[in-house]
Amino acid sequence: MTPTAAVTGDGPRAIEARLLFGAVLVISLAGVLLGWSASTELPPAALVTGLAMSVIAAVAHVTLRTTAPHADPLLLPIAFLLNGLGLVFVQRVDMATGSELAGAQAVWTAVSVGAFCALLLFIREVRVLGRLQYTFGLLTIVLLLSPLIPGLTAGVINGAQLWIELFGMRFQPGEIAKLTMVVFLAAYLERNRALLSVATQRIGPLLLPAPRHLAPLLLATGLALVIMAGLRDLGSALLFFGAFLALLYVATGRLAYPLLGMVAFAIGSTIAYQLFGHVRVRVAIWLDPWTDVSGISYQLAQSLFALATGGLTGTGLGFGRPQDVPFSATDAIFVVIGEELGLLGATAILLLFLAMAVRGLRIAQTARDEFATLLATGLTVLMAFQTFVIIGGLTRLVPLTGITLPFISYGGSSLLSNYLLIALLLRISDESRGAAVGRPAAGTAGKADT
Amino acid sequence: MNRQIVRVGAVVFVLFGALFINLNIITLLQAEELANHPANRRVIIREYSIERGPIVVGEQAIARSERTEEGQFRYLRTYPEPELYAHLTGYYSIVLQRSGLERALNEDLTGRTTEVVAQNLGELLGGADRPGNAVELTVDPAVQEAARDALAGREGAVVAIDPSTGGVLASYANPTFDPNPLSSHDTAEINAAWAPLRDDPDRPLVDRATGELYPPGSAFKIVVAAAALEAGSDPARTFPNEVSYDVPQTTLDISNAGGARCGDGDEASLQTAFRRSCNTVFARLGVELGDAALADQAEAFGFNRTPPLELPVATGRIPTEQDIPAVAQSAIGQRDVQATVLQMAMLPATVVAGGQVLRPHLVDTVRDPDGRILRGADIGRWDVLPGNGRAISPRTAQQLRSLMVDAVTGPGATGSAAAIEGVEVGGKTGTAQTSPGAPPVAWFVGFAGDEVAVAVAVPDADGGGGAVAAPIAREVFRAALG
Repeated sequence: MTPTAAVTGDGPRAIEARLLFGAVLVISLAGVLLGWSASTELPPAALVTGLAMSVIAAVAHVTLRTTAPHADPLLLPIAFLLNGLGLVFVQRVDMATGSELAGAQAVWTAVSVGAFCALLLFIREVRVLGRLQYTFGLLTIVLLLSPLIPGLTAGVINGAQLWIELFGMRFQPGEIAKLTMVVFLAAYLERNRALLSVATQRIGPLLLPAPRHLAPLLLATGLALVIMAGLRDLGSALLFFGAFLALLYVATGRLAYPLLGMVAFAIGSTIAYQLFGHVRVRVAIWLDPWTDVSGISYQLAQSLFALATGGLTGTGLGFGRPQDVPFSATDAIFVVIGEELGLLGATAILLLFLAMAVRGLRIAQTARDEFATLLATGLTVLMAFQTFVIIGGLTRLVPLTGITLPFISYGGSSLLSNYLLIALLLRISDESRGAAVGRPAAGTAGKADT
Repeated sequence: MNRQIVRVGAVVFVLFGALFINLNIITLLQAEELANHPANRRVIIREYSIERGPIVVGEQAIARSERTEEGQFRYLRTYPEPELYAHLTGYYSIVLQRSGLERALNEDLTGRTTEVVAQNLGELLGGADRPGNAVELTVDPAVQEAARDALAGREGAVVAIDPSTGGVLASYANPTFDPNPLSSHDTAEINAAWAPLRDDPDRPLVDRATGELYPPGSAFKIVVAAAALEAGSDPARTFPNEVSYDVPQTTLDISNAGGARCGDGDEASLQTAFRRSCNTVFARLGVELGDAALADQAEAFGFNRTPPLELPVATGRIPTEQDIPAVAQSAIGQRDVQATVLQMAMLPATVVAGGQVLRPHLVDTVRDPDGRILRGADIGRWDVLPGNGRAISPRTAQQLRSLMVDAVTGPGATGSAAAIEGVEVGGKTGTAQTSPGAPPVAWFVGFAGDEVAVAVAVPDADGGGGAVAAPIAREVFRAALG
C-alpha cells in the first residue's frame, strides 16, 4: 500500500485550505439566499454567519497544520460544509417556526471545533487510547447511564430519558458513548483478534471461537444495547449494533459473525416487537403510513409530502414549509433540505456523506496499526450507518427512529461527537501518512493484511 | 483486513445507493400521487396563497377570492349570490375539497396548467403570485333569476339552453345551499354548516338540474313523435281514438290522463294526440315502432350517454330491449325511461337547431389576468352520438316544431299556460308518475322562437305539467327574450 496523497507539489493542507475556502463560500451564499427569500435587503445575520464560519474554519485549519500536517485533506472541508449548511437550515427552520435554535447551534459549532482542536492537540498518538480500553468500556456504561442519575438528568424528553443538564446546558451523553464504545471495541478486538479468528466451536454450519474469548465482548455490547433499548434510544442501539458487527467482521474476517449477528438481531427485534408498544407502533407506521396520517404517522407522511413537493429542483431556499414537519431542525432536517433544494440538493448531501465514508475507510486501510485500522473502520461505519438510518427512516426505506443527521441536525452533543469522530480519523490519517513521508517503503509496517 | 474493509465499503455503497434510488422514487415517480393525497395540505396552502380566478356571469363575479390578513390562508373564496348559483359554482373548501365548477375548472381558476417542475422554477423566479384565470359562463343572470323566482321556493329545476350554441343560459335547482360557510377558513364553521346540509332529508346538495333523474312522462312523447316522423309517419296520420288502449300480452291497459277519449271523433291524428297528450295513441305508436326504434331515436337525442357538460351529469336512460308491455309504458315516458332536466332541455334545443344535438356547455371564455382570451366556448355537434349528433332530419325537426307550437297554442292544448303573445312558443307538457299514489313530476319542455329552449321539472307537484310547469317556463322565456 502506498498513501494516496502526493508528497510533492501541493501538500494536503494546501488542498484543504482551498476546499475550506470553497465550503465557506457555499455556506455564505446559502445564508445570503436564505436572507433574500424573506426580504430584498441583505440581512446582516447572513454576513455574520459567513464571517464567523471563516474564522472557525481558519482555526481548525491552522490547528491541523500544526498538529496533523499530513492528515487527509478532504474530511474537514466536507464535515465543515455539512455543518455550515446545517446551520443555514437550522436558521431556515427558525424562520418558519419562530424557534431560536441557530444561535445555540453556532455556539455549539464553535465549541465542537474547539474540542476538535483540543483532541488533535492533546492526543498525538491514537495508540494511547487503545491502552485504556477498559476505562473506555466503563466510561461508555457510565455515560449511557448518566441520564438516570438524579440531579444530573434533564428528565424525559420526547418519550426518552437521554439528556443530562450541566450548567444550564442540555447534553446527550449517549452521543459521546458511541465514540468511547467504538474505542473499546477496537482495542479489545485488536488484542483478541487472533483468538477470535480461530474457530473451535461449531454451531450448525458456522464455526465460532471458544465462548470465553467472546464473552467479555458480548457482555459489554449486550449491556450497552440493553441500556440503549431500555432508554428507548432505539436508533442509537441499532447503529451501535451495526458498527459492532462491522468491526467484528473486519477484525476476524469471518462472515459467521455478521450472519449470526443478524440472526440475533432478528430474534431481538421480534422480542422487542412483542415487548414494547413503541416498537410495534414504529413498525406499523413503516408498513402503512396512510391509515393514521394525522396521528401516529404524521411525521413520516409530512416528510414524504415535503420531499414530493420539492421534486427535482426544490421549492428554493426559504420557500418550503418546514413548519409542517415535526422535528424539522433535528431528526427531520434532511426533508427540509429535500423540499427546498430538491432531489439535486438531497443527492449532493448524500454524496458528501458517501465521500466522507470513503475517505474514512481509506484511512482505515492505510492506518499504521491494527488498532487504528479497527478504530477508523468503526468510526466511519458509525457515521455512515447513522446517516443511512435517519435518511432511510425519513424516506420510509426502514422504520423511522429518532436520531440526528451527522453535522447537519440541530444538537450540540451530536455535533460535538461527530467533530471528535473526524478528529480521531484525521489523527489516524496523519500518523500513517506522516510515517509514509518519513519512511515511504514502510508505510504499512506492523499491519498484516488478511 | 483490507479485503473486509473493501466489503464494508461495498455495503456502504449499497445502502447509499438504496437511499438515492428511494429518493428518486419519492421526488419524481410518486410526487404527483403524494401531492394529491387528501392529507397533504401543502398543495392547498399554496393554492390558497394565490388569487384564484373569478367565475363570472354577465358582468358580475359569482365566485371570487378576497384577500384576508388572518390565518395561514391568504385568500378567502366568497359567493355574492350564494343560493342562486350554488349548484353551478359549488364550494371551495379546505375540509371538503371542491365541488361544482370550482372542482371541474380548478386548473383554469388556479392558472396552473404548467407541469410541476416548471411551477417550482417559476416560483423561484417570482411567478408565485400570479392570479388565476377568470372563467366567464354562458349563463344569463336574468334567466337564472327568472328561474328562481318562477319556482318560488318549490322543489324543482329549470334548465335553459341557447339552441344556436348549446350554451346553458340558466341552470337552477331548488332546494339550494350557501357555499360561503363551506368555503370558510374555519374548520369548525365548515363542519357546522356541512352536517345539517348533508343530513337534510330535502337533499339541498343534490343538483336537481343535472344530477337527478326523473321519469319524463308525456314530455318523452317528443322522442316518440320524432321516431314516428323519421319512420315516415305524417302529423296528419290518424289512429283509433279509444278510452283505453289494450296493450298486447298484458292485462294492464293504458288510458288517457282524464280517463276520457282524445277529443271528439273516432279517430285522432298524430297532431291531435300530441296536442292533447293522448296516452292511448302514443302507447299504440310505441308498440308499433318497437323497442329498438324507440331506443335508437332516444339515443340519437343523447340518452344512455353522459352529456359533456363541465359539471357532472347523470345519464338519462332507456332500455334497448324491452317486451311489448314495457315498450307501451316507455312510449309515454314511464317505467324504465328516466332523464335529467338538462337532457330534456336538449330535446327542444335540438328541434330548434334543425335536428342537430349541440354539446351543452357552461364556459363561454377563459381569460388570463391581463384579459387575454385563453379559451373560448366549446361549441359544436355532440358527434359521438349515434347519427353523429344529428338526431332527426331538418324536415322532421320542422314538423316537430309545428307539433310543439300546436301543443301550446292549438285548441285544447295542454301547454297553453306557456304561451306568450306575439312569440312563437312551442313545447310539451308531462305529468309523470313516480310511484302509485305519490304526487307526480310536472314537466314542461319547450322553446320560444330561436332564442331559448327550456325544461322545467317540478317533482311532488300539486298539479300537472300544464298547470304547474308551463307557467314557470313562460317566465323563463320572457326573461330570455329580454
